[in-house]
Amino acid sequence: MKFELTLAWRFLREGRFQSALIIIGVAVGVAVVIYISALILGLQANTINRTLGAQAHIVIKPPDEMVRNVLPTDTTLATIQPKAQRLRSVDNWQVLMPALAVDPDVVAVSPMASGAAIAIRGEANRAIVLFGVELDRYDRIVELSTKLTRGNFRLNAGEVMIGIELAKDLGVDVGDRLRVLTPSANDQFQISGLVDLGSRDLNRRALYLPMRTAQNLLGIPGGVTNIDIRIRDIFSANDVAKRMQSVGSVNVESWMQTNGQLLNALQAQSVSTTMIRLFVSIVVMLGIASVLVVSVVQKRKEIGILRAIGASRGQMTRVFLLQGALVGFVGSTLGGVLAALLVAAFSALVTNSAGQPLFQIEIEPSLLISSCLIATVCGTLAAVAPALRASKLDPAQAIRV
Amino acid sequence: MSELLRLTQIRKSYGIGTPIETEVLHGIDLVMQHKEFAALIGPSGSGKSTLLNIIGLLEPATQGALAMQGKAIKYTDEKTLTQQRAANLGFVFQFHHLLPAFSAIENVMMPQLINGMPVTGTARKEAEALLDAVGLSKAINKKPSELSGGMQQRVAIARALSLKPALVLADEPTGNLDTQTSDEIFKLLRRFNVEFNTAFLIVTHDPRLAARCDRIVELVDGNIAKDAVNQAR
Ligand SMILES: Nc1ncnc2c1ncn2[C@@H]1O[C@H](COP(=O)(O)OP(=O)(O)OP(=O)(O)O)[C@@H](O)[C@H]1O
Ligand SMILES: [Mg+2]
Repeated sequence: MKFELTLAWRFLREGRFQSALIIIGVAVGVAVVIYISALILGLQANTINRTLGAQAHIVIKPPDEMVRNVLPTDTTLATIQPKAQRLRSVDNWQVLMPALAVDPDVVAVSPMASGAAIAIRGEANRAIVLFGVELDRYDRIVELSTKLTRGNFRLNAGEVMIGIELAKDLGVDVGDRLRVLTPSANDQFQISGLVDLGSRDLNRRALYLPMRTAQNLLGIPGGVTNIDIRIRDIFSANDVAKRMQSVGSVNVESWMQTNGQLLNALQAQSVSTTMIRLFVSIVVMLGIASVLVVSVVQKRKEIGILRAIGASRGQMTRVFLLQGALVGFVGSTLGGVLAALLVAAFSALVTNSAGQPLFQIEIEPSLLISSCLIATVCGTLAAVAPALRASKLDPAQAIRV
Repeated sequence: MSELLRLTQIRKSYGIGTPIETEVLHGIDLVMQHKEFAALIGPSGSGKSTLLNIIGLLEPATQGALAMQGKAIKYTDEKTLTQQRAANLGFVFQFHHLLPAFSAIENVMMPQLINGMPVTGTARKEAEALLDAVGLSKAINKKPSELSGGMQQRVAIARALSLKPALVLADEPTGNLDTQTSDEIFKLLRRFNVEFNTAFLIVTHDPRLAARCDRIVELVDGNIAKDAVNQAR
């Protein structure tokens, strides 16, 4: 193999300008692919983060109340109206929780008592959603503690945390009091902290309070309206949800079902990235192939003499395959460096008003390694035709002037 | 002396199966012994290069048998052909055919590199000695483009001898060199013939040089017209 490598390398070095051009071509192609992949990945991670910032990956709810048709099925007297769903709690939730937690994909499970209410402060009042939680457990679902902007991350009895927009709307701050009104009860609370949930709508309506308090306010003592679940791989949510359906007569919703449109958009992005990769690969391969074909023609005599002094067909084939591989490898390595520079430039130039990057783009080492690998393989494949030509060359003809 | 090479009724046609099919060698019988120093002469187009290429296993004969050191050669076995070329044969051509990307010593050691042999230590010493023998001890690291035509041909000769083959085939090795340089090159070939016991088959148009060989084979129109020991020597 030493002969093949030495010769491949020397041949490339000999064709200075040609080799430099094609290596730069590969580098630019690979840089574009890596940069776009990283950009799209960053964008998607950012979008998903925002979406899942305050939403559990999987939510267990009580089953929908069915309306039973008491009339014979062939009667057309009445249309069947779905019943308005009233606040109901998940049956047997204390038993369900450990049963759900045993799934190896599950990271955290948290019960919640949630329902609509009105928040009142002086003259101002707003429609809100109560999230009654056990704070430690719930924090492991959506990392609420990282979203605290003011005050303390704490829910003692009589304390609530609210979204930053709601605080603005009501004109309250940490330490202030507000009143919460539900159809069945009302109570007074002190604000322990403000949270930014990443979405304007949620920030305007969210109020977190101890679960027991929420159960009392909502008139479901001891009950929970849903169980939130966090899983390891967010994209396995549908599969995990399907599995969980068997734990009892409950309604299991994965974030992927509730965000179908978002997922479609993400998928479309992924498809475009794949297309870009594919086309860049094809262009790069054509480039490498054409350069090597020319090189075989230019080096006819050298190939002939090498064959005459003992080089085999296989060796000549490998010399050219290796040139393709080398071009792919060297080019993609340079491309990786170029992509890193592009990402650094993006992070430095595309910033928000506070001078911070709009979102995090990172080039994963695995992306670099796979790009290098793919480019090397593509280079080798591109070299197949030229290499075969080189090996088929008749040494006697090549040597005759 | 023992037999190195035996050609029996070698025929060669080009353009087989086309309207321009022509036979250029019409049944050549030729035997060469080890350590022989022979000239192959004849008019242009008589088939000298074709014969040399067939002996060098670079192209197959259309008919006839070829045996090297008593072993019959099968043209269909590409692998053995390559091995035979590497082990038994050295080539020197009119246009030196050095690899421009490699220095003089790297060119000389190319056969070793091809065969996966060591290219350092004693192997390199031997290559240096060969270059020294052809008078290029000062140019071992020069690229072919930095050498004159005569010097390039010396490198090519050193390369042909680097694996100490039994037979060196030289196709007009002095074809594009001036008389004095041709003389020197010829002396070199003779010297290696004596020193390494290498047999040489040298195609030449120069009667003066042919006259200095031990045997002269003359090819005319694809037939051996004359084959005799050189009495003049
Ligand atoms: N590939 C080929 N296809 C067809 N004809 C060929 C081919 N190679 C050689 N010939 C013909 O074979 C004949 C012998 O050619 P060859 O090169 O062996 O002659 P030569 O004796 O070496 O001549 P010169 O002294 O000019 O080198 C010539 O008529 C040539 O045209
Ligand atoms: Mg000739």
